[in-house]
Amino acid sequence: MATRKPSGSASRTTSRAATSAASEARPSGVRDAVIVGGNRIPFSRAGKKYSDASNQEMFTAALEGLVARFGLQGERLGEVVGGAVLKHSRDFNLVRESVLGSSLSSQTPAFDLQQACATGLEAAINVSNKIRLGQIDSGVAGGTDTVSDAPIAVSEGLRRVLLEASHAKTVQARLKALAKLRPSDLKPLSPGTDEPRTGLSMGEHQAITTARWGITREAQDELALASHQHLAAAWESGFFDDLVTPFRGLTRDDNLRPDTSLEKLASLKPVFGKNLDEPASMTAGNSTPLTDGASAVLLATAEWAAARDLPVLARFVDAETAGVDFVHGHEGLLMAPAHAVPRLLARNGLTLDDIDFFEIHEAFASTVLTTLAAWEDADYCTGELGLPGALGSVDRSKVNVNGSSLAAGHPFAATGGRIVATAAKLVAAKAAETGKPARALISICAAGGLGATAIVESV
Amino acid sequence: MTDSYTRAVNTGFTKTLAKKLGLPRPAVLRRFRAGDPLTVGPVLVVSDDASRGDADALATTLLGWGLDVRREPTDDARWGAVLLVLTEASHPTDVSGAVLAVGSVLRRLAPQGRVVTVSRPAADGDAPEVAAVRNGVDGFLRSLAKELRAGATGNGIVLTDGAAADSPSALATLRFFLSARSAYVDGQLLPVGPSTAELPADWDRPLAGRVAVVTGAARGIGAAIARTLARDGAQVVCVDVPAAGEGLARTANAVGGTALQLDVTAEDAGTRILEHARTRHGRLDIVVHNAGILRDKLLANMKPAQWDSVIAVNLAAQLRINAQLLGADGGAGVPGLHIVSLASTSGIAGNKGQTNYGFSKAGVIGHTRATAPLVGAQGGTANAVAPGFIETDMTSSIPFATREVARRLSSLQQGGQPVDVAEAIAFLASPAAAGVNGQVLRVCGQNLVGR
Repeated sequence: MATRKPSGSASRTTSRAATSAASEARPSGVRDAVIVGGNRIPFSRAGKKYSDASNQEMFTAALEGLVARFGLQGERLGEVVGGAVLKHSRDFNLVRESVLGSSLSSQTPAFDLQQACATGLEAAINVSNKIRLGQIDSGVAGGTDTVSDAPIAVSEGLRRVLLEASHAKTVQARLKALAKLRPSDLKPLSPGTDEPRTGLSMGEHQAITTARWGITREAQDELALASHQHLAAAWESGFFDDLVTPFRGLTRDDNLRPDTSLEKLASLKPVFGKNLDEPASMTAGNSTPLTDGASAVLLATAEWAAARDLPVLARFVDAETAGVDFVHGHEGLLMAPAHAVPRLLARNGLTLDDIDFFEIHEAFASTVLTTLAAWEDADYCTGELGLPGALGSVDRSKVNVNGSSLAAGHPFAATGGRIVATAAKLVAAKAAETGKPARALISICAAGGLGATAIVESV
Repeated sequence: MTDSYTRAVNTGFTKTLAKKLGLPRPAVLRRFRAGDPLTVGPVLVVSDDASRGDADALATTLLGWGLDVRREPTDDARWGAVLLVLTEASHPTDVSGAVLAVGSVLRRLAPQGRVVTVSRPAADGDAPEVAAVRNGVDGFLRSLAKELRAGATGNGIVLTDGAAADSPSALATLRFFLSARSAYVDGQLLPVGPSTAELPADWDRPLAGRVAVVTGAARGIGAAIARTLARDGAQVVCVDVPAAGEGLARTANAVGGTALQLDVTAEDAGTRILEHARTRHGRLDIVVHNAGILRDKLLANMKPAQWDSVIAVNLAAQLRINAQLLGADGGAGVPGLHIVSLASTSGIAGNKGQTNYGFSKAGVIGHTRATAPLVGAQGGTANAVAPGFIETDMTSSIPFATREVARRLSSLQQGGQPVDVAEAIAFLASPAAAGVNGQVLRVCGQNLVGR
């Protein structure tokens, strides 16, 4: 920790007049964590290009691309933090094993964490917090997920029989244990994404929220179309040239449909909410498909980056997570970011108008739309969020300007890293263009009624 | 990419069989490994009478390199190399003694041995006798190289513009030709001009402290160039198109360099390369234009895209990047830049179905010669390397029979390895090679096509 700096260092004071109140509120001894850059592999629809790639292979590939981009071979980083939502039990040290298989120094420590779809962002929050507290000078945050190579578990009956047999001390006892096996126990269990407490899938939960907020099919399809068009334009413009490294011959996200249209999207049959009173509106086109992929983001202190002649895109300012009571139907499953964002903005002395880019994870098109609608609703904001009135409207031209999960796909734990790197690059470019600081707000909803949000700002 | 014929005739029963049948037996070439001796045996230095002074000076240098140097063609040695110095010969009849002395030891030249001539070029204003002997060396060396066997090669240093025989670049070239680094360079005469360059402190790391950019570094020859430059001490910026990023990352991580995903045909490619090198590595010393594509078609069947894409990648991109690096577009140029471009024997001798490729590669030779004086004024160089048949993914897709014929069509009777091209590039990119400028060095095992 040789570069630990006192609070209020000169580098922090100039460009942030707007947030000076927030800066003063920060605990003493905290320093800045900056985003150097990111890397991911192209995301691939489940069962396609990465069908036999493991989480470890994909995360290692994401790390290797990051190492190559920034010349980190043999470097001992402070920490590598990441995770996977669908994880084999053998992958208990998934991130550390990936580090050991990478070109980083094997003295780089690592750990796994998991917060459903917010895993990647939570990893970035974690790494940035360690940096800000002076515990580490550099770190990588990321995540990986494969639906194609998901673990398949044995049934509860078979598991109990096998455990009992392995604990048995005599052959007789072992045979007795095995005799309890029933044919039905041999059926394997696929990993489910249904909510354990409600038995409803995420899509069915969101269908309820969609209906409650009266989000139309047309609005959802328009948002899906924009996601594909924006992502396609970003690829064409070379935006991802220094954010993505190809993997297994895949050079672009293969869920991307640059030629999709409102007509094509409108022709799809609804798949969620078919049992509700309201007309079902959520289709495969305006819902995110199951996807494989991995991402990684390099965070550090500005000094660490400067000492290695590395660029700095943005500062990881602050983060807020939230949980909501969806179990009793009080709130929508994926509405937690709607709760987290007002708290995050308030703590940093900001309003929605201070944000240049909104990166709202598109679990479903309607997730974005219900969140935006909620912030515009005075009753909801006062009653549910405890605000004096509506939080405000978001200029839609600032939302997911380079596309998001509907087009790119959503390998659960990898989405956070994708968004953080994209947001950091966006604010850096905007600040370079305008000469003024630029901010991005990141919002990711997650299973279990969770949500993680963060602010990144140009430096 | 394995040459199974060469392996077969050099191992086990098939080796014996090939010997008995008198089949051509291409040698397994000795390639550079740090710590290996420079030559495989003692070095004989011979000269005509007038060139004795230069021969003495070179012999002294070789002694300083720790070599066993002899001046008499005795029978007791298994020669590692023969150095023939003819720099001051002024009449064709002057050289017979020296040349025949070389002949007398050739049967005792060790496998992987070297013959190197040192001479001066025939130039305008030379007396006819002088021009005759000087040009005679050219035909002599090219013929002798074809007589050498067992991986031995013959190459020549041609001292231009009055360069001293022991001037830094002449010595660097001599060392390259004597060493295993030049394994697949054969039958070549390389003009070397005067220079004040310093010889490297460590001959195993001649690029220490240098920053190099290699385009097309994801695989094949480009990856070998990156590895070789890094081995010689350079920090390497590895460039390739974004779609080749997976291999590019592998190369960059193998050499401890950085990966820059960039299409060399982008308008601002040169500017972005320069910015990356300067901000991330502090400087830029070497640019290797290796990125290239093939779109083979008979001209009668050539589509516009097939012609245009080859010209864009292989030629126009190099021109645009050079202009941006050298400040020809108004920006601040990089002084002392060493530029090495990939040409091809197809650009020298031509190849059916490759009018586009041949045009682009001959174009590379053209712009290299034109760029040389521009960069030379500031201590830089612009050179090209023309590979012959190299064992790569690309050539492994050539049909078997065609490939076998192509392999055997050289004095060394085999294809070269990517590293052979890379070694030549690393040599040309080194500070000590500053006197080599505007040249095209063939790495072709003395291919029978072209010069």
